This record gives sequence, C-alpha cells and structure tokens, in this order.
Amino acid sequence: MKRYDAIIVGGGHNGLACAAYLARAGRKVLVLERRERIGGAAMTEEVFPGFRFSVFSYVVSLLRPEIIRELELPRHGLHILPLESTLTPLRPDGKAGDYLAQWSDHDQNRRELARHSVRDAEAYDEFGLLLHRMARAVKPLLSVAPPDPASLDPRELWDLWRLGRYFRGLPEKDLHALWKLLTMSAADYLDEWFEGEALKGTKSASGIIGTLLGPRSPGTAYVLLHHYMGELDGVFRAWGFARGGNGSVSAAIAAAAQARSAEIRTNAAVSKVLINANRATGVVLESGEELRAPIVVSGADPRRTFLGLVGEEHLPEEFAGAIRRYRFRGSSAKVNLALAEPPRFTCMPQPGPHLRGAISISPSVDYLERAYDDAKYGEISRRPYMDIIMPSMLDPAMAPPGKHVMSIFVQYAPYHLNGGWNDTRREQLGDTVVNTLAEYAPNLKSAILHRQVITPADIERIVGLSEGNIFQGELTLQQMFFLRPAPAWARYRTPIRGLYQCGAGTHPGGGVMGAAGRNAAMEILGARA
Amino acid sequence: MLKTTPFHERTAPLCASHAWRRWAGHVVASSYELTHEREYHVIRTAAALFDVSPLYKYMVRGRDAARLLDLLVTRNVQKAAVGQVLYTPWCDHAGKVIDDGTLARLDETTFRMTSAEPNLRWLQNNADGLEAEITDVSDSIAALSLQGPAAGSILASMGAPALKYFRIAPATLRGIAVTVSRTGYTGDLGYEIWAEAREALALWDAVMEAGRPYGIMPAGMLALDMARLEAGLILIDVDYVPARKALIDSQLSSPYEIDLGWTVNLEKERFNGRDALAAEKMRGPAWQFIGVEVEWNSLERLYAEVGLATRLPNATWRMSVPLYADGAQIGYATSGGWSPLLKKYLALAHVRSRWAAPGTPLEMEMTVEHRRKRAAARVVKKPFFDPPRKRA
Repeated sequence: MKRYDAIIVGGGHNGLACAAYLARAGRKVLVLERRERIGGAAMTEEVFPGFRFSVFSYVVSLLRPEIIRELELPRHGLHILPLESTLTPLRPDGKAGDYLAQWSDHDQNRRELARHSVRDAEAYDEFGLLLHRMARAVKPLLSVAPPDPASLDPRELWDLWRLGRYFRGLPEKDLHALWKLLTMSAADYLDEWFEGEALKGTKSASGIIGTLLGPRSPGTAYVLLHHYMGELDGVFRAWGFARGGNGSVSAAIAAAAQARSAEIRTNAAVSKVLINANRATGVVLESGEELRAPIVVSGADPRRTFLGLVGEEHLPEEFAGAIRRYRFRGSSAKVNLALAEPPRFTCMPQPGPHLRGAISISPSVDYLERAYDDAKYGEISRRPYMDIIMPSMLDPAMAPPGKHVMSIFVQYAPYHLNGGWNDTRREQLGDTVVNTLAEYAPNLKSAILHRQVITPADIERIVGLSEGNIFQGELTLQQMFFLRPAPAWARYRTPIRGLYQCGAGTHPGGGVMGAAGRNAAMEILGARA
Repeated sequence: MLKTTPFHERTAPLCASHAWRRWAGHVVASSYELTHEREYHVIRTAAALFDVSPLYKYMVRGRDAARLLDLLVTRNVQKAAVGQVLYTPWCDHAGKVIDDGTLARLDETTFRMTSAEPNLRWLQNNADGLEAEITDVSDSIAALSLQGPAAGSILASMGAPALKYFRIAPATLRGIAVTVSRTGYTGDLGYEIWAEAREALALWDAVMEAGRPYGIMPAGMLALDMARLEAGLILIDVDYVPARKALIDSQLSSPYEIDLGWTVNLEKERFNGRDALAAEKMRGPAWQFIGVEVEWNSLERLYAEVGLATRLPNATWRMSVPLYADGAQIGYATSGGWSPLLKKYLALAHVRSRWAAPGTPLEMEMTVEHRRKRAAARVVKKPFFDPPRKRA
C-alpha cells in the first residue's frame, strides 16, 4: 500500500493550498475529494451548454497575496480581473439616474456621491482612511495562527505577547475606533458617518454576508472591516474576478500542488478518519479502501470533521460540546442565470461600465433589515438583498458570443426554513429573486435562457458545507480568532494527535482566502507562519 | 466623467496642445499652446489668464461667521477688515494641516472661503451651536485669475477699482457683476475675478478683449506651476500631505513645518490645533520647508563628466528627491525646476530644522544619464522671485 506523509480530506481551495504548501516542503501528499471535481465551493461548471457558472463563490476577495506569490499562481493560470464599481439602484422601476454608483476613480466617485450628498462625498474618504488604518491594524492577524489568551504554552504566550505589544503600539484613537468596530452594528457605525440611505444600505451589506444577522445586529460592524482588508491589497490587485470563474482559483492552486508532486483523487469520499490510541493513522473511503498517513488534515467544516469523520466517541466531551454549539445558520443562496442579452436597468438603461462591476440590491438599511426580519422567523426574504455580477462582461469566454451569465448572491434564504427546503421552495426562491430583480431590470425575465437556483440545503448537499454556511460557520465575534472553531483548539490542531483542520472553519475564516490552508500547513511543518 | 468648468466652451477650442490635466475633478488645460513656455513668460511680462474655477468655494454667512472661521483657521479672522483677504491654513485638533486657502471678508457677516479640498463637512461639523450658514458655491461661482504686470491696467480699463494687495471689492466689468481680489498663485501682480457661473463666458470674452492690447494670453497649469515655484508657494498633495489623507503620522505636517508659522496666531484663545501648536512653537518644529538652489557649476560638472551639455527640466517636477548634508539624507525636495527668468535651478524642500538656515550647503540627488549623482546646492530664502509690483 502506498504511504503518504499527509492526507488532506477535501479538495476545496484551502485543502489544495494546504497540500501545495506541504508538497512544497517535500511531503508526500494525497488530496481526497468526494466529488467528481475539485474546488469545493470555488468551482466553475458549464451548467447550461456554452454557459460557465461560478456556481457557488463568485469573486476573489481576500486571496492572500503571499499565496499568489509563493505558489506562483499566475504561472499556474490565475488571472484576476478588476471588479471596479458598485451600482445600487435606488428604487424599483426607478427612472434613469435613480442610482448610486461607487466608482474606482476618485474624482468620478466623489462627483457621484456628491450628487446624493456632498457631506457623504467628503466623509467617504475619511471613512475609507480610517478603515484602511483599522484594517492595517488587524490584518497581521490573518496570516498567523491565533494565540489563545488562556493558554500556558510558551510559544502561544510569546505570540500573545507580540500581539499585545502590537496593539499597545496603536495610536489611542485607532484603538477606540477598533473597539467601536468590534462592538457596534454595521448600521449604527455607518450612521456615525453617512446620511445617504443607499450608501449606508450598500456598505452595511458587507457586514451581513454569510451570517444570520441583520445590519442592525451588534458585531456586524467588524465584518465591514473584514471587507476592507481585501482593499488593503489594492496595489497587489488580489480583489476581483478570476478569469474562468472561481474554479480557476482552485485549478491554479491544484496545479501548483501537482507541480510539487501532490496527488489529487476525485470521487474519493472519506467516511472515517482512522484513529488509534488518540492518534490519526489514516482514513477509510466510502468504498472501504483504507489509506494510511501519520497526518490527516481536514478541509471539511468543524461539524463534519469532528461529529462526522472523527466521531464524538473519540473526543473530549468539552470539545465535542463546543463543536455542537458552533453556529452555522446558513443564510445565503445563489441564483445563476444564462442570459440571451444583458440586463437593462431602468436606472441606467444603456450598456456601460456599470455592468462590469457589482450591482447591489440594497437601497437602504431598512430594506436589508426587513429582508432579515423574514429570515429571522424562518422565511425567505420577500425582498432579498442581492449582490450581482456579470462574469461574461469581464471574461467573455464565460458565455457564447453576445450572451451572458449573471451571478446573483442572495440573502436571506435561511437554512432552517419553515417546513424545510424542497423543490417547490427552491423554485419559489428563484421566482422571488427574478421577480425582485426584474423590478429593476424589466428585460430580465425574457432574457433568461436557463436558471440555476442553489439553496443553503443544496450547498450542504453538493459541497458539504454544514447548514449551507458559506464560511464554514458564521463569521461572528464569538467564533473568531482564538475561538474558531473551539476554545483552545484554534491553531489548526485537534484533540486527536496528527489530525489537523485547514478549512474556513478555522482562523481567519471564510472567503476565497486560502489563509487557513496555508496557516495549517505552516503549523504542521512547525514553521512560523 | 470629469467635470468641465464654466469656461470650457472657450478654453476647449483654444487648447491646441490637447493637453488637459485634472484638478479637483475637473479638466483644465495643462497648456494651450504646444509648449507652455510662452504662457509662462506672459505671466512675467504681460498678463496671463487662468481658469481657476475648480477651487472649492464656500459662502459663510451669519452673526457667527467670523467666529466660526476664527475657530477653524490659524489666522485671526475676527480682526480682518471688510474687503480683506487672508491666506491661511487650517489644522485638525492635533495641529496638523488639513488644507490651505483664502478667506475673503465680503462684509461684516459674510465670508467667501476657497480651498483645495472639499471642506463643507468640516465647516458644518465645526459650526455646531453657531449662527452661521454655510453654502457650497463651488459649482455656481466661476473664477478667473489674471496674473502679470499688465493685469492691473487691463482691469482698470474695464472699470475695476484700484485694489491693495490682498484686498477684495465688488466691481462691474463691462456690465458683469463680479468681485475682484488682488490675489493669485504666481507671486506677481495679479487679480482673481469671481462671478456667477452663468456669466462665465461673457466674462471670459470681456477680459480677453480688454486684455488684447496688453498682450493677454490664456495660460495653463504648467506655466502656473513654474510661476508658483519661483514664488515659493506651497502646493497641497505635492509639497505636503493633508492630514485627512495621511496614512502614517510621519506624513503629517504642522504649519510650522511647512513655513506657514507666520499664519499661526497663538494670541487667539481658541482655534483648532491651538494647544498642539503652542507646544510645538515652544520646542521648535522638527522640520522646515525651505528654498533650495542648485549650484550651476556642480550641475554642469556632473553632465560634463559623461560628455553631455547640462540638461534642465523644462517643466516643474513633482516628486520626492533626496537631499543630503554631512553625508546623510536630511530631507527631500518635493517640487523643483529651472527658472527661465532667474536662470537658476530651484526646488522647494523639507529638511530637518538643523539644516534649514539660509546658506546651509546641501546636496541634491540628480539622475544624470541613468546614474544617481549628487549636485551641490544650498538653502536660500523664499520667495525666489518677489517683484515690488506684487504689493505696490
């Protein structure tokens, strides 16, 4: 039987990144992917002939520049295209001009914001500068294994001391601002800065993504900051749309891993991690095949890893309890459309650069909060928040010539839906999304050639993310940093010796970031991240 | 899209160079002719007409208008006479410069403020509890700057009243109601004319027509930049980073550090940044903003060494150029260029205070035929060019 130094369970982008780093260090690595294709939720599929969808995740937001550099991802096919603008229609059936746009050009952006509020146009730069400073303050945390303040391990204490010293070094006003961001709701925080409803609505939307929280829920302000961290790498341009869809991110990382002799097997579902005397010794596939390695790394989320692949019987009760309590509460859905023609938004009817950026259905904080109200009580938002991009506008090869694909991120579609998800409810969600969007772009319905609706239940079923949570667990403060996924087990290790975690369910969390995969590899290799 | 100014209909057909530049979200001509050289010389010999409409402009009116502005800026606004214009910076609470501009007292309770950056929110945030109405008139007021020795005669021929340096008055020029201030950014005799945007084209035509016998020419930003360098005038975003854009503390500047200490009136009981500035005055600023003159002989030698005749920049450059003294870097120049009038290679620079005294020998980095060299230079007094006609 072939021996491996490490087996990675799950061929998502983090699992692949972890494999690539281990292979790069000379380890014999095997990646096992349950599905017939790699990528997990970062994948591209030709769902309808000639139309390629980034079925699940759809932008590259926080992909760590060090991973792009170290794994030489551009050489392995990664090409990130800029996504530069955000268009927010102000109201359904609005007339031409009823929009708020955020452009990448400073002058153009200022002029557009001033059209709505001169004060907001001025505050925008200051707000941006503050969040830039805050993001710079917090960002070093992304690339390190989070030290546990309760630990007595000298290595963790050393890291903690370094971190403490770092935070003490921040100017007082920055510390105050950081505390506010950690404790306030996105809506309250934005109220301190802006008056325009559409601007606040659109900005607050980045605070609710992937959570079952509304813009007025405390703690959501921090997620705004998370969003800004991507912008810090603005010079590097790590933010945007991957040519070929998000599958090409996974493909590039996989190619980097394979170039270092990592093996990747698809159609290889793992059913159990083999454990002997509290030590991982390998895995068993659903086929019954056993594979051995002294190190097993799970890219699956904490629930699947520990309550599924490991089994509670192997875990200390306290830890198993923490994993049981770890919250997922998937709240987002995806609608992917194949279109015969581009949408014509009544607020900006002509084709133009706005279709190369994001289109955000977030006319106000109230709109988002109402969408949340529905979800809070187990219903699909009657008027959901939508973040839309048109990949074919950025990479024409995503659709046949002249035709388009549209990716619609939808929130809220709660995993715990009253009565549960079924085909009828899935189509109901699809109708709600299309009907709502058609109020802003009336030609949409007649342009649709194919519709793919992905509910949280589908996300769970297809890619195995528990409760369909896109971040492998909510990105809320009580389960971030040294608490992710469980107190005392945040450094990619587990109570089982030789078993590690490398998914978004570990620090620093979700997004097509690759940080968890890289950090886990560094931890395994005993190297400083 | 970028904005065009109210004069664009006139300036666009004149812009033979098709060289435009951005200024506060507007397009303005870099030069009208194919090169800017003539336009520069016109500033010093006749009269150059600049479209300066992109400046941000605010009207501040009300019982507490003077109090508000006094709180905001470093100079004493309460003491300003009606018809007086003050050039002044303003600071944040830590005494770091946010912006600089002018305040014109149009009457007892009315001021017009100009600035390089938008300041509506800053004004409003400072106006809490004060009786002062703030209006952004950036788009509704068009502005021309007429600069050069003939500027006064041209305006007089149009019926403008005589004005002392840094004074402003209402006037009617060929039937167009304007205000005229004796201000500018060239260090020469010069005036700025403020009018309703809807009168812009008529005003342009009137000034150009009246100026023709005096050799008036429209001039662009490249010519202006050469003149303001000779005048030693600081430029935001080029010579200093405004506090609102500073990413790190070392990018901040106090008025003392950018040679605007003369505008700081510590006798005022309260104004933004006062305590920090008082403390800085006590201990002395760490940096100073100075004039630098490069020694011709040294420059010539550097070129001669590689077999070339001396080369000179044909426009004012804007970048950070290291300055050395006693073998170490002690500062950096932020603007520089050749003065065709003074026949000197000039620069504006930040140096540590120890090396700020006029006459201090320095070295300035020069790239000569792909290689970095150092040319001998020395600290000189600003302004480099200061003709008596400016104030006369």
